[in-house]
Amino acid sequence: MKDPGKKVGEVAVGRRRFLKTAVTLTGLAIAQSAVPTLRAEAQETPKAPEDPTKVPGALPTPYGRRSAFERAERLPRGQISLTPHQDLHGIITPSALHFERHHNGVPLIDPASHKLLVHGLVERPMVFTTEDLKRFPSVSRIAFIECSGNSFSEWAGPPGQTVQQTHGLMSTSEWTGVALATVLRECGVKPEATWMLAEGSDSAAMTRSIPLAPMLNEAILAYAQNGEPLRPEQGYPLRLLLPGWEGNTNIKWLRRLELGVAPWMTREETSHYTDLMPDGTARQFTFVMEAKSVITSPSGGQRIKPGFVEVRGLAWSGRGRVTRVEVSADGGRTWRTAQLQEPALPKCHTRFTFAWRWTGEEAILQSRCTDETGYVQPTRRALIGVRGANSVYHFNAVQSWKIATDGSVSNVHV
Amino acid sequence: MVAIGLACLAPWSVAAEQDKATFYDLGRPASEAEIKAMDIDVAPIGAGLPPGSGTVHRGRQVFAAKCAACHGPSAIEGPADRLAGGHGTLKTPKPLKTVGSYWPYATTLYDYIYRAMPFNAPQSLTPDEVYAVVAWLLYRNEIIPEDAVMDAHTLPAVQMPNRNGFVPDQRPDLPK
Repeated sequence: MKDPGKKVGEVAVGRRRFLKTAVTLTGLAIAQSAVPTLRAEAQETPKAPEDPTKVPGALPTPYGRRSAFERAERLPRGQISLTPHQDLHGIITPSALHFERHHNGVPLIDPASHKLLVHGLVERPMVFTTEDLKRFPSVSRIAFIECSGNSFSEWAGPPGQTVQQTHGLMSTSEWTGVALATVLRECGVKPEATWMLAEGSDSAAMTRSIPLAPMLNEAILAYAQNGEPLRPEQGYPLRLLLPGWEGNTNIKWLRRLELGVAPWMTREETSHYTDLMPDGTARQFTFVMEAKSVITSPSGGQRIKPGFVEVRGLAWSGRGRVTRVEVSADGGRTWRTAQLQEPALPKCHTRFTFAWRWTGEEAILQSRCTDETGYVQPTRRALIGVRGANSVYHFNAVQSWKIATDGSVSNVHV
Repeated sequence: MVAIGLACLAPWSVAAEQDKATFYDLGRPASEAEIKAMDIDVAPIGAGLPPGSGTVHRGRQVFAAKCAACHGPSAIEGPADRLAGGHGTLKTPKPLKTVGSYWPYATTLYDYIYRAMPFNAPQSLTPDEVYAVVAWLLYRNEIIPEDAVMDAHTLPAVQMPNRNGFVPDQRPDLPK
């Protein structure tokens, strides 16, 4: 993964340059039919009528789009794109803005020919079509997915400048599918099976070994996201959903499940997605994303005015529910309890708010959360004290936003 | 959620359906041929390794033709992941995680190179080519001698330098 902090200037790319880029990309797309997608929505901001009550409006359309005045977008960087949390509200991430992490791009898959093979230590090796899976009893769950590399820039720097750069590798959706346990029961898992290999249909044929016992009652084979079929970037037509576990285990474009007695030690669970400790050993199979929170507004790159400011943010835990969020305006010396918005679901983003009055003096805003196990989100200093600065993954420390006297907000490590 | 689903089924089906092999009669049996076509994984004990073999010499040629453009002529120049060197760096402020310094299992090389490499043409290498590239990378990292041959028997027996460098998840690991 590239460091999102390096190219911050591209966020505010000028309109003329943006359009020029779009035109160049169009030319490229014609030249190379292999280029599958273009930068979306290069349209001009429309001229709105002075009084919309005096002009007939637009007619209904088959598939809606957001207002042409809105510009929030993901920040693509190679095989990742980051969700613009500074622009979002509530807990559901719009599907078009859900973060991406691919290991060799987004495959183009015809759902009519996609199959899921379940084999290995099962009584009956089976093949299921997408339609078969949709006929099983369905389950829905609102859950976050967080890349284990989310906030990786905050270990050692250079730090991200915006919340999109520091915390953009996480999103929340309502996922619908069939319970993994339902499908496995159909195949008859043999009692000695303890691990499952999940494999994607992308050109990395992405694989992770999953221990069966901890996830058997929660895992979902998901075919829908926020009420419609999965987005291609999210694994269309089928992905594994392991609520609360690091993003890459939620295998996208799922094509195969193999039951076995030991992990396969794939590249993605040995040389990658392992956490190097100061003593030179590396932690492996660190699946759970621990409790974490971040203030999304005010956040890096924004500017506030004196007076009332609603501090808004997200809190989540891979171990269950968030039970408490506290906010500090003085860099962690004093804390006050924030409001949690309903719904506050387990293994899901929870929105918090805190009513604040900014007097115009320098301040450092922080949030820290506690989950239902009693785990309290650590400070950056405490986290690095235990794990060093070379873990890459699973950074969940308190985030600090400095408010300067001119109201500008920036990322600081305190 | 699963428990709720089963409970809803209980009044009308569980008792009657218990003897049946499947509950919903959805999907179809997988044939041996289609399992074989999709089952490309290789485990540390060597399960899944196909027939074939490769030498260091042949691996040097395949690497130059199909891998060097991204990984560099001697696998350390990049721009893609550096694949050799880094011994003794894992405890330092600038750790270099390579095949030789970090990867715990040699079988992972076969699995990954076949499934995902070359990046622009994954699953295009023959088993002999994959064995050869694996042999060359292990030789480059001074793990096997230049005359070694990698195949389904020799590869799982290769001891990687960082084989014991991994520990299970130890969290929560911070004092409350």
